[in-house]
Amino acid sequence: MAQRASGPGDVLLRLDGVVKHFPVGRGIFPGRDADAVHAVDGVSLEVHRGETLGLVGETGSGKSTLARCATRLHTLTAGRVVFEGHDITTLSRRELRPYRRQLQMVFQDPYGSLNPHRRVGSIIGDPLAVHGVAAGAARRRRVQELMELVGLNPEHYNRYPAEFSGGQRQRVGVARALALRPKLIVCDEPVSALDVSIRAQILNLLADVQRELDLTYLFISHDLSVVRRVSDRVAVMYLGKLAEVAPAAELYRRPRHPYVTALLSAVPVADPDLADRRERIILAGDPPSPVHPPAGCRFHPRCPKAQPRCVDEAPPLVPRGTDGADHPTACHFPVEPGEDLAHGHAAIDQPDQEAVGGLHRVAGSSP
Amino acid sequence: MTVTAPGQAAADAAAARPGAIQGRGPWRLAWERLRRDPVAVASAATLVLIVVAAVAAPAVAHAVGHGPDDQYPDIGLTPAGLPVGPGRTFLLGTDNLGRDLLVRILYGARISLLVGVVATVLATVAGVVVGLVAGYLGGVVDLVLARFMDMVLSFPYLLLAIALVSVFGPSLTISMLVIAFFSWAAIGRVVRGQALSIREKEYVEASWSVGSGGLRVMFVDILPNLLAPVLVLATLLVPAAIVFEATLSFLGLGVPPPTPTWGGMLSDSLAFYQVAWWFPLFPGLALLATTLAFNLLGDSVRDALDPTGGRAAAGGRR
Repeated sequence: MAQRASGPGDVLLRLDGVVKHFPVGRGIFPGRDADAVHAVDGVSLEVHRGETLGLVGETGSGKSTLARCATRLHTLTAGRVVFEGHDITTLSRRELRPYRRQLQMVFQDPYGSLNPHRRVGSIIGDPLAVHGVAAGAARRRRVQELMELVGLNPEHYNRYPAEFSGGQRQRVGVARALALRPKLIVCDEPVSALDVSIRAQILNLLADVQRELDLTYLFISHDLSVVRRVSDRVAVMYLGKLAEVAPAAELYRRPRHPYVTALLSAVPVADPDLADRRERIILAGDPPSPVHPPAGCRFHPRCPKAQPRCVDEAPPLVPRGTDGADHPTACHFPVEPGEDLAHGHAAIDQPDQEAVGGLHRVAGSSP
Repeated sequence: MTVTAPGQAAADAAAARPGAIQGRGPWRLAWERLRRDPVAVASAATLVLIVVAAVAAPAVAHAVGHGPDDQYPDIGLTPAGLPVGPGRTFLLGTDNLGRDLLVRILYGARISLLVGVVATVLATVAGVVVGLVAGYLGGVVDLVLARFMDMVLSFPYLLLAIALVSVFGPSLTISMLVIAFFSWAAIGRVVRGQALSIREKEYVEASWSVGSGGLRVMFVDILPNLLAPVLVLATLLVPAAIVFEATLSFLGLGVPPPTPTWGGMLSDSLAFYQVAWWFPLFPGLALLATTLAFNLLGDSVRDALDPTGGRAAAGGRR
């Protein structure tokens, strides 16, 4: 469900029903590839100009795959990617090149995302070289400006990635993404591989350059506190689908999806009194296999509020109750303010359809 | 290890050190490790000695006054027609035709080194090209090329070499081509595997994301990162090629006589080793020293390029 006229700016990037399946057990015969990992299964999302959209989800929820679909590093199984009104879903690598200037990416692993055999100067200068923006001394000057912008010593132009710390390497990654002055930067867990003490530096750097260069971020993380700090809006993914999208403050204050509620209850708080008083919602089981995702709502096998309807019918991502248009939730029975989920059980025990026959306990009936 | 200044202190650091800062890349570091490895230095020195000896072969021949193919039936053979042992005229003795063994061994080094290096270069280039194409493109191309490499590797190579040489006639060129043909697949398979795994690395993804084309990804991002194992393999391929050539010559399928080759000399000595110990010994020692030096150098190169790899598994060499 597309939401309109909600953000401060117009839509920069629109994902429309994006689906990405990875075939598993690939054989020689194409017909036998029946199974596939449903990494992303119909996600529609809009990124507005100038905002930071946080995308949260646990490992395997498909958030990195979604990022790679958005930057067209992956070819989509279905759906559309629209950047500034241009459909870039099916463009070839060559046709994509002009859009690459506008659409850059910062990667998760500062050790893996820099070629160990190349000097950081040429790594940062790569986008300039590929797009023929600057060469020779001009490129070198641009690269050194970028290094200064991200807080690196421009004198270290000739050094190799191995001679930098993790935080410094991530600065190199940011400088590379900034080189072409893009409009949108997709940050794929840019701080999760870093020391906690370094995270704040990189987050501040991202915030500074966003202000300075009018950037839009799609910021992916599994860390709720990081996302809360950087995001204007937050989208939560579960098993390849969006569970809830809301302005950051509202999501953290008043989550509607049971999964999001449980996630937020698990965020550690620094105040021990508050931590004692607060009750954590413990979800039963692990996320189901993305090869055979549950029917209906994907969260129903672990949901304390699940009803038979949740097994039969996948809930659409729409505003629930009195929620604003900017706060859609994919849940038939959204959590009401003040509702207690902490003492519930998985209402439907079995992940498969066999459990439908009335085998549901009501949330809150604790022993 | 020098202490690198954190990003925030960059300006101060720049002011303190005005000179250009030169980074030490992976190759540079490996080179420095290699230079500190006594085994590497010793085997490299041995190889330099052998190369110098091979280059100086005509000079030595001139100095002792015996050409490589000159036969001395009067002074080079005993009255009974047997080889003469090491002495003042023939420093390492003579062979069954009364030729100077020292001069022939030095000339034989030229053949061995030439075949070893040329065959290795041919095999390496072919292996890198085929492996890179297979690993980078993947899919059907990879399937076909990988199976082809497996096929080459599973050939009974000596049998086929014998067949090829008997069809085309023995010659230096044929020897090199045959050796290269049976060596490239080993390199190709390693390169393919490396390319397959490097292709999925995040820095390759990063390269796509800035808009690089396929050739750039292949040669700028993938190729430099798989050269380390190729270098090790190539260093170890040289002695294998030398032994292969010696084998062919030993069987009479390599470089045809009278050109001196180590394998040919060993073959000639078979009938005389009981009465002329020097005849098989010195060519054999030359072959041993050369291949051992190359093998040890190859091991050192591997250690230098991958200091964390084998060392821990071997229980720490230092």
